[in-house]
Amino acid sequence: MAVMNVNPTRMELTNLKRKLTTARRGHKLLKDKRDELMRRFLDLVRENKQLRKQVEEGISEANRHMAVARSVMSDSALDVALMMPTQEMSLEIEEKNVMSVMLPVFNTKLKTADENDIYSYGFAFTSADLDDAVKSLSDIMPLMLRLAEVEKSCQLMSAEIEKTRRRVNALEHVMIPRYEETIKFITMKLDENERSSTTRLMKVKSMMLEDARQKALAQDREAAAQF
Amino acid sequence: MYKIAAMGDRDSIYGFASLGVSIFPVDDSNEAVKTLRRISENGYAVIYITENLAQQISAELDRIKDNPLPAVIPIPGVSGNNGMGMKQVSRFVERAVGSDIVK
Repeated sequence: MAVMNVNPTRMELTNLKRKLTTARRGHKLLKDKRDELMRRFLDLVRENKQLRKQVEEGISEANRHMAVARSVMSDSALDVALMMPTQEMSLEIEEKNVMSVMLPVFNTKLKTADENDIYSYGFAFTSADLDDAVKSLSDIMPLMLRLAEVEKSCQLMSAEIEKTRRRVNALEHVMIPRYEETIKFITMKLDENERSSTTRLMKVKSMMLEDARQKALAQDREAAAQF
Repeated sequence: MYKIAAMGDRDSIYGFASLGVSIFPVDDSNEAVKTLRRISENGYAVIYITENLAQQISAELDRIKDNPLPAVIPIPGVSGNNGMGMKQVSRFVERAVGSDIVK
């Protein structure tokens, strides 16, 4: 791993050590976030698959009824029957915060008080199969709404998990090793500087000693000559 | 206050009208993209779309998939179920985990 391009000074070292602690803490937190998100996501996905299976079965059931209804009624009669719906469905949306992912929560509101008020036509001129079709769709509707909620949540969560996973990996495999290497590099460099200055001092000291010894020797010799 | 929409070929979604879901019958993909853009800006929070149509406009669906709203949910149409919805769920798992571990 590449060492960062920094000056090997004590100040840089302190800064880097501080950054490394932050990176380690961030890494731990993000890892916890990823694990918790993953746990919830897997629960949600299992529910999603189950719901989807139920909804798909329900809709094909309803479509079968609809096909029968269409075969016994004329197109125009069917159009007329379904043209003006009595019911109107609307949603109130709340948000639920799961590990800083905003998940939607749908609350259904109906226009008419009676939720069975789904037949927008008189029974005189329509086939009973149409009633079946409408009824089976209406039965599956709560599940479909739950499916919408769960599936959207899964979608948003999977995006967030991907992002968090990338961050965790970047910290773990790039940022933290880079800081560690750089800290090691600076420490080595500083130690090396210290050692070289010690040797220099030792060398200077020995040179000075030698110098002094020579001087003393010369003085001695002079004194002996004058004696 | 948000509304619910259903998009797809007319036969597949006609029944939803009686439940109070707004229906938008569309046949070709250009029209579908236009309709989707229009209704997602007009207070529709949940859009059910037939799998066949969803497959045709998957690029557009990918574009809006990370927005918090609307939730676009593929459903089987009259022509049957082509497994796209389930595949999409598997894709979520793949995206989050790296491989599809929920069978």
